[in-house]
Amino acid sequence: MKALVYIGLKPGVLDPQGRTIARSLNDLGFDEVENAFQGKIIELTLSSTDTEAAEARVKAMCEKLLANTVIENYRIEIVTAE
Amino acid sequence: MQTAVIRFPASNCDRDAAVALEKLTGRKPLIVWHRETELPAGVGFVVMPGGFSYGDYLRSGAIASRSPIVQDIKAKSERGLAVAGFCNGFQILTEAGMLPGALMRNKNLKFVCRPERLKIETTDSRFTSKYEKNSEVIFPVAHHDGNYFADKDVINRLEKEGRILFRYAENPNGSVNDIAGIVNEGGNVFGMMPHPERAIDPLHGGTDGINLFKSILETL
Repeated sequence: MKALVYIGLKPGVLDPQGRTIARSLNDLGFDEVENAFQGKIIELTLSSTDTEAAEARVKAMCEKLLANTVIENYRIEIVTAE
Repeated sequence: MQTAVIRFPASNCDRDAAVALEKLTGRKPLIVWHRETELPAGVGFVVMPGGFSYGDYLRSGAIASRSPIVQDIKAKSERGLAVAGFCNGFQILTEAGMLPGALMRNKNLKFVCRPERLKIETTDSRFTSKYEKNSEVIFPVAHHDGNYFADKDVINRLEKEGRILFRYAENPNGSVNDIAGIVNEGGNVFGMMPHPERAIDPLHGGTDGINLFKSILETL
């Protein structure tokens, strides 16, 4: 199975990259863009078979390394093969 | 006094730190590889050097902060070991949870590389006791991720407890409250984005960094 980990800055933390992206889009004529936030996705391929256990392990990975919870939030999506 | 410099893959100020320590202690520091699990016995002061450990992958300092030697240094720092991190070393210390807050991308998104004026906020610390009160120093800065951030409670605590040792005179990176360097609660772990280890030789444009090393070394 795969786990998709979405990591982004917490609300209230200034995101200068997101702000610059929004401004560039405005400059290109996309006036409807009010805000942009840049994050990252980490795709993990896992040998696990138990979805629930896998999610708990990925959560531990986020806490231990993947996210810096001082400034970042994360969200986990487990994708099992059809 | 035996000192040590930790070397991570892609550290690049490890040599500068070693030269500074040798100049001020008269003894070569030990260079300790990040895979080591224990600091050699007798080390009284550890420098986490600047650089781009692990190519700044994931987040600056994140992967280095999980290396075996950092776990040992962290445990020993909780029992009083003196540790200083400069630039990437500061990022590693925050990522390791040895100092509060985080270093984010510079507010203007630019890599800043220039001599930077810093205000000495307090001389009542193990890292600044040799400086003159209310004086200014010039240390070089060279970083992309030096924008210090912590939530309001943490900042209030740092301010109230006098743990902000250096502030930027002209904030180059967007750091909250112009914070350039902080200590932990115990006063034995210090981190800053500027490079005092690159300000110890007149040929390099200044020697303002010497007193930082003298301050901490005197307390050991």
